[in-house]
Amino acid sequence: MIASLSLILFCQLGGEVIVRGLNLPMPGPVLGLVFLLILLLTRDRFSALRRGPLRNDAVESTARGLLSHLSLLFIPAGVGVVKNLDLVIGHGIAILLTLAASVVVTLFATVATFLAINRLLTKRQVEP
Amino acid sequence: MSENSFSLWVYLSQSPLLWLTVTLSTYAVADTLSLATHRHPLANPVLHSIWIIGAFLLITGTSYNTFFAGAQFVHFLLGPATVALAVPLYDNRKRVVAAIVPMLVSLVAGSITTIVSVVLFAKALGLPHAIILSLAPKSVTAGVAMGISESLHADPSLTAVSVVLTGIMGAIVVTPLMNWAAITDFRARGFAVGIAAHGIGTARAFQVDEVAGVFSGIAMGLNALVTSLLVPLAVTLLLG
Repeated sequence: MIASLSLILFCQLGGEVIVRGLNLPMPGPVLGLVFLLILLLTRDRFSALRRGPLRNDAVESTARGLLSHLSLLFIPAGVGVVKNLDLVIGHGIAILLTLAASVVVTLFATVATFLAINRLLTKRQVEP
Repeated sequence: MSENSFSLWVYLSQSPLLWLTVTLSTYAVADTLSLATHRHPLANPVLHSIWIIGAFLLITGTSYNTFFAGAQFVHFLLGPATVALAVPLYDNRKRVVAAIVPMLVSLVAGSITTIVSVVLFAKALGLPHAIILSLAPKSVTAGVAMGISESLHADPSLTAVSVVLTGIMGAIVVTPLMNWAAITDFRARGFAVGIAAHGIGTARAFQVDEVAGVFSGIAMGLNALVTSLLVPLAVTLLLG
Protein backbone atom coordinates (compact mmCIF):
# COMPACT_ATOMS: atom_id res chain seq x y z
CA MET A 1 0.00 0.00 0.00
CA ILE A 2 2.87 2.40 0.79
CA ALA A 3 4.52 1.53 -2.54
CA SER A 4 1.21 2.15 -4.35
CA LEU A 5 0.72 5.46 -2.58
CA SER A 6 4.28 6.43 -3.48
CA LEU A 7 3.61 5.63 -7.13
CA ILE A 8 0.48 7.80 -7.06
CA LEU A 9 2.43 10.64 -5.41
CA PHE A 10 5.21 10.26 -7.97
CA CYS A 11 2.70 10.66 -10.79
CA GLN A 12 1.29 13.77 -9.11
CA LEU A 13 4.77 15.16 -8.52
CA GLY A 14 5.69 14.62 -12.16
CA GLY A 15 2.47 16.33 -13.20
CA GLU A 16 3.11 19.33 -10.92
CA VAL A 17 6.69 19.72 -12.11
CA ILE A 18 5.70 19.72 -15.78
CA VAL A 19 2.65 21.97 -15.31
CA ARG A 20 4.66 24.54 -13.33
CA GLY A 21 7.70 24.24 -15.57
CA LEU A 22 5.80 24.72 -18.83
CA ASN A 23 3.10 27.01 -17.38
CA LEU A 24 0.30 24.76 -18.64
CA PRO A 25 -3.31 25.86 -17.96
CA MET A 26 -4.25 22.62 -16.13
CA PRO A 27 -3.93 21.23 -12.60
CA GLY A 28 -0.82 19.11 -11.98
CA PRO A 29 -2.81 16.13 -10.63
CA VAL A 30 -4.75 15.90 -13.93
CA LEU A 31 -1.45 15.38 -15.75
CA GLY A 32 -0.52 12.92 -12.99
CA LEU A 33 -3.70 11.01 -13.85
CA VAL A 34 -2.50 10.77 -17.45
CA PHE A 35 0.88 9.46 -16.27
CA LEU A 36 -0.69 6.76 -14.11
CA LEU A 37 -2.99 5.75 -16.97
CA ILE A 38 -0.01 5.47 -19.34
CA LEU A 39 1.84 3.38 -16.74
CA LEU A 40 -1.10 0.99 -16.38
CA LEU A 41 -1.46 0.65 -20.15
CA THR A 42 2.26 0.06 -20.82
CA ARG A 43 2.35 -2.49 -18.01
CA ASP A 44 -0.18 -4.54 -20.00
CA ARG A 45 2.22 -4.54 -22.97
CA PHE A 46 5.52 -5.14 -21.20
CA SER A 47 5.67 -7.78 -18.50
CA ALA A 48 8.96 -6.28 -17.24
CA LEU A 49 6.91 -3.47 -15.71
CA ARG A 50 4.76 -5.92 -13.76
CA ARG A 51 6.43 -5.47 -10.39
CA GLY A 52 5.92 -3.66 -7.10
CA PRO A 53 2.73 -1.58 -7.04
CA LEU A 54 1.99 -2.41 -10.68
CA ARG A 55 1.39 -6.04 -9.81
CA ASN A 56 -1.46 -7.98 -8.18
CA ASP A 57 -3.93 -5.10 -8.38
CA ALA A 58 -1.88 -3.19 -5.77
CA VAL A 59 -2.04 0.37 -7.10
CA GLU A 60 -5.58 -0.30 -8.32
CA SER A 61 -6.90 -1.18 -4.89
CA THR A 62 -5.13 1.76 -3.24
CA ALA A 63 -6.64 4.09 -5.84
CA ARG A 64 -10.12 2.65 -5.29
CA GLY A 65 -9.64 3.16 -1.57
CA LEU A 66 -8.79 6.82 -2.11
CA LEU A 67 -11.79 7.29 -4.38
CA SER A 68 -14.30 5.50 -2.19
CA HIS A 69 -14.67 8.60 -0.02
CA LEU A 70 -14.14 11.33 -2.58
CA SER A 71 -16.85 13.46 -0.91
CA LEU A 72 -14.81 13.68 2.29
CA LEU A 73 -11.95 15.39 0.49
CA PHE A 74 -14.07 18.42 -0.48
CA ILE A 75 -15.08 19.24 3.08
CA PRO A 76 -12.04 21.32 4.18
CA ALA A 77 -12.40 23.64 1.17
CA GLY A 78 -16.17 23.61 1.54
CA VAL A 79 -16.00 24.82 5.14
CA GLY A 80 -13.95 27.77 3.85
CA VAL A 81 -17.06 28.75 1.92
CA VAL A 82 -19.19 28.81 5.06
CA LYS A 83 -16.66 31.19 6.60
CA ASN A 84 -16.76 33.36 3.47
CA LEU A 85 -20.53 33.46 3.01
CA ASP A 86 -20.55 37.18 3.84
CA LEU A 87 -19.00 37.69 0.40
CA VAL A 88 -22.25 36.64 -1.25
CA ILE A 89 -24.66 38.13 1.27
CA GLY A 90 -25.01 41.49 -0.52
CA HIS A 91 -26.20 39.85 -3.73
CA GLY A 92 -27.02 36.45 -2.22
CA ILE A 93 -30.27 35.60 -3.96
CA ALA A 94 -29.15 36.82 -7.39
CA ILE A 95 -25.90 34.85 -7.15
CA LEU A 96 -27.66 31.67 -6.00
CA LEU A 97 -30.25 31.99 -8.80
CA THR A 98 -27.54 32.58 -11.40
CA LEU A 99 -25.54 29.56 -10.28
CA ALA A 100 -28.58 27.29 -10.02
CA ALA A 101 -29.93 28.30 -13.44
CA SER A 102 -26.53 27.87 -15.03
CA VAL A 103 -26.08 24.41 -13.50
CA VAL A 104 -29.44 23.19 -14.79
CA VAL A 105 -28.91 24.62 -18.29
CA THR A 106 -25.39 23.14 -18.46
CA LEU A 107 -26.55 19.69 -17.35
CA PHE A 108 -29.23 19.58 -20.03
CA ALA A 109 -27.07 21.06 -22.79
CA THR A 110 -24.26 18.57 -22.13
CA VAL A 111 -26.47 15.51 -21.77
CA ALA A 112 -28.49 16.42 -24.89
CA THR A 113 -25.38 16.97 -27.02
CA PHE A 114 -23.82 13.73 -25.80
CA LEU A 115 -26.94 11.70 -26.60
CA ALA A 116 -27.55 13.39 -29.96
CA ILE A 117 -24.00 12.78 -31.20
CA ASN A 118 -24.08 9.25 -29.86
CA ARG A 119 -27.33 8.54 -31.70
CA LEU A 120 -25.96 10.08 -34.89
CA LEU A 121 -22.88 7.85 -34.75
CA THR A 122 -24.70 4.59 -34.01
CA LYS A 123 -27.23 5.31 -36.78
CA ARG A 124 -24.38 5.76 -39.24
CA GLN A 125 -22.94 2.42 -38.18
CA VAL A 126 -26.26 0.63 -38.59
CA GLU A 127 -26.97 1.93 -42.11
CA PRO A 128 -23.66 2.12 -43.97
CA MET B 1 -16.16 25.97 32.59
CA SER B 2 -13.53 25.33 35.23
CA GLU B 3 -10.01 26.63 34.84
CA ASN B 4 -8.69 23.19 33.90
CA SER B 5 -11.18 22.25 31.25
CA PHE B 6 -10.84 25.72 29.77
CA SER B 7 -7.10 25.33 29.37
CA LEU B 8 -7.69 21.89 27.89
CA TRP B 9 -10.04 23.47 25.32
CA VAL B 10 -7.52 26.22 24.54
CA TYR B 11 -4.89 23.56 23.97
CA LEU B 12 -7.08 21.22 21.88
CA SER B 13 -8.73 23.93 19.81
CA GLN B 14 -5.30 25.01 18.60
CA SER B 15 -4.12 21.50 17.76
CA PRO B 16 -4.66 19.81 14.38
CA LEU B 17 -5.88 16.66 16.17
CA LEU B 18 -9.21 18.14 17.24
CA TRP B 19 -10.11 19.56 13.81
CA LEU B 20 -9.04 16.47 11.93
CA THR B 21 -11.23 14.43 14.29
CA VAL B 22 -14.14 16.84 13.79
CA THR B 23 -13.78 16.65 9.99
CA LEU B 24 -13.62 12.86 9.83
CA SER B 25 -16.35 12.17 12.38
CA THR B 26 -18.78 14.71 10.94
CA TYR B 27 -18.27 13.18 7.51
CA ALA B 28 -18.68 9.67 8.93
CA VAL B 29 -22.08 10.64 10.39
CA ALA B 30 -23.17 12.50 7.23
CA ASP B 31 -22.10 9.58 5.04
CA THR B 32 -23.93 7.06 7.23
CA LEU B 33 -27.09 9.16 6.92
CA SER B 34 -26.60 9.38 3.16
CA LEU B 35 -26.28 5.59 2.95
CA ALA B 36 -29.29 5.07 5.19
CA THR B 37 -31.41 7.20 2.82
CA HIS B 38 -30.09 5.17 -0.15
CA ARG B 39 -27.97 8.13 -1.31
CA HIS B 40 -30.88 10.55 -1.42
CA PRO B 41 -29.72 13.71 -3.28
CA LEU B 42 -30.67 15.98 -0.37
CA ALA B 43 -28.65 13.87 2.07
CA ASN B 44 -25.47 14.97 0.28
CA PRO B 45 -22.60 14.33 2.72
CA VAL B 46 -20.54 17.32 1.51
CA LEU B 47 -23.40 19.76 2.04
CA HIS B 48 -24.28 18.56 5.53
CA SER B 49 -20.70 18.20 6.73
CA ILE B 50 -19.75 21.71 5.72
CA TRP B 51 -22.65 23.48 7.34
CA ILE B 52 -22.33 21.47 10.54
CA ILE B 53 -18.59 22.12 10.80
CA GLY B 54 -19.06 25.74 9.68
CA ALA B 55 -21.63 26.31 12.43
CA PHE B 56 -19.37 24.63 14.97
CA LEU B 57 -16.50 26.95 14.01
CA LEU B 58 -18.77 29.99 14.30
CA ILE B 59 -20.12 28.94 17.71
CA THR B 60 -16.67 28.18 19.12
CA GLY B 61 -15.17 31.28 17.51
CA THR B 62 -12.52 29.19 15.77
CA SER B 63 -10.75 30.73 12.80
CA TYR B 64 -10.70 28.94 9.47
CA ASN B 65 -6.89 28.81 9.59
CA THR B 66 -6.96 26.93 12.90
CA PHE B 67 -9.50 24.48 11.50
CA PHE B 68 -7.53 24.05 8.30
CA ALA B 69 -4.36 23.16 10.23
CA GLY B 70 -6.14 19.90 11.04
CA ALA B 71 -8.28 19.52 7.94
CA GLN B 72 -5.36 20.05 5.57
CA PHE B 73 -4.44 16.37 5.87
CA VAL B 74 -7.76 15.53 4.26
CA HIS B 75 -7.54 18.40 1.79
CA PHE B 76 -4.11 17.21 0.68
CA LEU B 77 -5.58 13.91 -0.54
CA LEU B 78 -7.52 15.70 -3.30
CA GLY B 79 -4.42 15.64 -5.51
CA PRO B 80 -3.65 11.93 -5.10
CA ALA B 81 -7.38 11.16 -5.50
CA THR B 82 -7.37 12.99 -8.82
CA VAL B 83 -4.42 10.85 -9.95
CA ALA B 84 -6.28 7.79 -8.67
CA LEU B 85 -9.10 8.50 -11.15
CA ALA B 86 -6.75 6.86 -13.68
CA VAL B 87 -7.74 3.46 -12.28
CA PRO B 88 -11.51 3.50 -12.96
CA LEU B 89 -10.65 5.20 -16.26
CA TYR B 90 -8.30 2.30 -17.07
CA ASP B 91 -10.92 -0.29 -16.03
CA ASN B 92 -13.49 1.31 -18.36
CA ARG B 93 -11.11 2.29 -21.16
CA LYS B 94 -13.01 0.44 -23.91
CA ARG B 95 -16.24 2.21 -23.01
CA VAL B 96 -14.45 5.56 -22.87
CA VAL B 97 -12.67 5.15 -26.21
CA ALA B 98 -15.96 4.14 -27.84
CA ALA B 99 -17.57 7.39 -26.63
CA ILE B 100 -14.73 9.74 -27.50
CA VAL B 101 -16.61 11.73 -30.15
CA PRO B 102 -19.80 12.39 -28.12
CA MET B 103 -17.54 13.33 -25.21
CA LEU B 104 -15.48 15.88 -27.09
CA VAL B 105 -18.48 17.52 -28.76
CA SER B 106 -20.50 17.71 -25.55
CA LEU B 107 -17.42 18.98 -23.71
CA VAL B 108 -17.29 22.01 -25.98
CA ALA B 109 -21.08 22.48 -25.93
CA GLY B 110 -21.28 22.13 -22.16
CA SER B 111 -18.30 24.33 -21.45
CA ILE B 112 -19.59 27.16 -23.64
CA THR B 113 -23.10 26.81 -22.18
CA THR B 114 -21.79 27.11 -18.62
CA ILE B 115 -19.83 30.27 -19.21
CA VAL B 116 -22.37 31.98 -21.47
CA SER B 117 -25.30 31.07 -19.22
CA VAL B 118 -23.66 32.28 -16.04
CA VAL B 119 -22.71 35.61 -17.62
CA LEU B 120 -26.14 36.13 -19.20
CA PHE B 121 -28.16 35.13 -16.12
CA ALA B 122 -25.95 37.30 -13.92
CA LYS B 123 -26.38 40.26 -16.27
CA ALA B 124 -30.15 39.74 -16.41
CA LEU B 125 -30.31 39.72 -12.61
CA GLY B 126 -28.34 42.95 -12.52
CA LEU B 127 -25.22 41.70 -10.80
CA PRO B 128 -22.26 44.10 -10.93
CA HIS B 129 -19.45 43.54 -13.42
CA ALA B 130 -16.87 42.55 -10.77
CA ILE B 131 -19.13 39.78 -9.41
CA ILE B 132 -19.89 38.42 -12.89
CA LEU B 133 -16.15 38.08 -13.57
CA SER B 134 -15.73 36.15 -10.32
CA LEU B 135 -18.64 33.80 -11.13
CA ALA B 136 -17.59 33.03 -14.73
CA PRO B 137 -15.13 30.17 -14.02
CA LYS B 138 -17.37 28.52 -11.37
CA SER B 139 -17.77 25.13 -13.03
CA VAL B 140 -14.17 23.92 -12.70
CA THR B 141 -12.16 22.68 -9.71
CA ALA B 142 -11.49 25.43 -7.18
CA GLY B 143 -7.74 25.57 -7.81
CA VAL B 144 -8.11 26.19 -11.53
CA ALA B 145 -11.11 28.49 -11.13
CA MET B 146 -9.26 30.69 -8.66
CA GLY B 147 -6.33 30.91 -11.07
CA ILE B 148 -8.64 32.06 -13.88
CA SER B 149 -10.32 34.52 -11.54
CA GLU B 150 -6.95 36.02 -10.59
CA SER B 151 -5.94 36.42 -14.21
CA LEU B 152 -9.18 38.38 -14.79
CA HIS B 153 -8.46 40.59 -11.74
CA ALA B 154 -11.68 39.29 -10.15
CA ASP B 155 -12.12 38.11 -6.55
CA PRO B 156 -10.70 34.56 -6.17
CA SER B 157 -12.40 33.94 -2.81
CA LEU B 158 -15.81 34.79 -4.28
CA THR B 159 -14.91 32.42 -7.12
CA ALA B 160 -14.10 29.68 -4.60
CA VAL B 161 -17.47 30.21 -2.90
CA SER B 162 -19.30 30.01 -6.22
CA VAL B 163 -17.33 26.89 -7.21
CA VAL B 164 -18.38 25.03 -4.07
CA LEU B 165 -22.00 26.25 -4.25
CA THR B 166 -22.15 25.15 -7.90
CA GLY B 167 -20.71 21.75 -7.06
CA ILE B 168 -23.21 21.14 -4.30
CA MET B 169 -26.16 22.33 -6.38
CA GLY B 170 -25.09 20.15 -9.30
CA ALA B 171 -24.63 17.12 -7.06
CA ILE B 172 -28.11 17.62 -5.58
CA VAL B 173 -30.08 18.30 -8.77
CA VAL B 174 -28.44 15.90 -11.22
CA THR B 175 -30.18 12.67 -10.19
CA PRO B 176 -33.75 14.06 -9.98
CA LEU B 177 -33.32 16.08 -13.21
CA MET B 178 -31.93 13.18 -15.22
CA ASN B 179 -34.53 10.78 -13.86
CA TRP B 180 -37.25 13.29 -14.70
CA ALA B 181 -35.91 13.64 -18.25
CA ALA B 182 -35.81 9.81 -18.47
CA ILE B 183 -32.10 9.74 -19.35
CA THR B 184 -30.77 6.26 -18.68
CA ASP B 185 -27.34 6.53 -20.31
CA PHE B 186 -25.01 6.78 -17.32
CA ARG B 187 -22.13 7.85 -19.54
CA ALA B 188 -24.06 10.96 -20.57
CA ARG B 189 -25.36 11.63 -17.05
CA GLY B 190 -21.89 11.36 -15.56
CA PHE B 191 -20.29 13.47 -18.26
CA ALA B 192 -22.86 16.23 -17.77
CA VAL B 193 -22.38 16.44 -14.01
CA GLY B 194 -18.60 16.49 -14.44
CA ILE B 195 -18.90 19.51 -16.74
CA ALA B 196 -21.47 21.31 -14.59
CA ALA B 197 -20.28 20.46 -11.09
CA HIS B 198 -16.59 19.34 -11.17
CA GLY B 199 -15.31 17.19 -8.28
CA ILE B 200 -18.32 17.43 -5.99
CA GLY B 201 -20.46 16.31 -8.92
CA THR B 202 -17.98 13.51 -9.63
CA ALA B 203 -18.15 12.34 -6.03
CA ARG B 204 -21.94 12.20 -6.41
CA ALA B 205 -21.63 10.34 -9.72
CA PHE B 206 -19.45 7.66 -8.11
CA GLN B 207 -22.12 7.20 -5.43
CA VAL B 208 -24.74 6.51 -8.08
CA ASP B 209 -22.85 4.47 -10.70
CA GLU B 210 -19.21 3.66 -11.46
CA VAL B 211 -19.50 4.36 -15.17
CA ALA B 212 -21.10 7.72 -14.40
CA GLY B 213 -18.20 8.44 -12.05
CA VAL B 214 -15.60 7.64 -14.70
CA PHE B 215 -17.23 9.86 -17.30
CA SER B 216 -17.69 12.61 -14.76
CA GLY B 217 -14.00 12.45 -13.86
CA ILE B 218 -12.98 12.77 -17.51
CA ALA B 219 -15.39 15.66 -18.04
CA MET B 220 -14.02 17.47 -14.99
CA GLY B 221 -10.42 17.11 -16.18
CA LEU B 222 -11.13 18.20 -19.74
CA ASN B 223 -13.36 21.05 -18.63
CA ALA B 224 -10.58 22.52 -16.49
CA LEU B 225 -8.54 22.78 -19.66
CA VAL B 226 -11.25 24.15 -21.95
CA THR B 227 -12.62 26.60 -19.38
CA SER B 228 -9.27 28.25 -18.76
CA LEU B 229 -9.05 28.93 -22.48
CA LEU B 230 -12.71 29.96 -22.93
CA VAL B 231 -13.44 32.20 -19.94
CA PRO B 232 -11.10 35.08 -20.87
CA LEU B 233 -12.46 34.97 -24.43
CA ALA B 234 -16.13 34.78 -23.40
CA VAL B 235 -15.77 37.55 -20.86
CA THR B 236 -14.27 39.88 -23.47
CA LEU B 237 -17.02 39.06 -25.96
CA LEU B 238 -19.99 39.16 -23.57
CA LEU B 239 -18.98 41.94 -21.22
CA GLY B 240 -16.73 44.01 -23.47
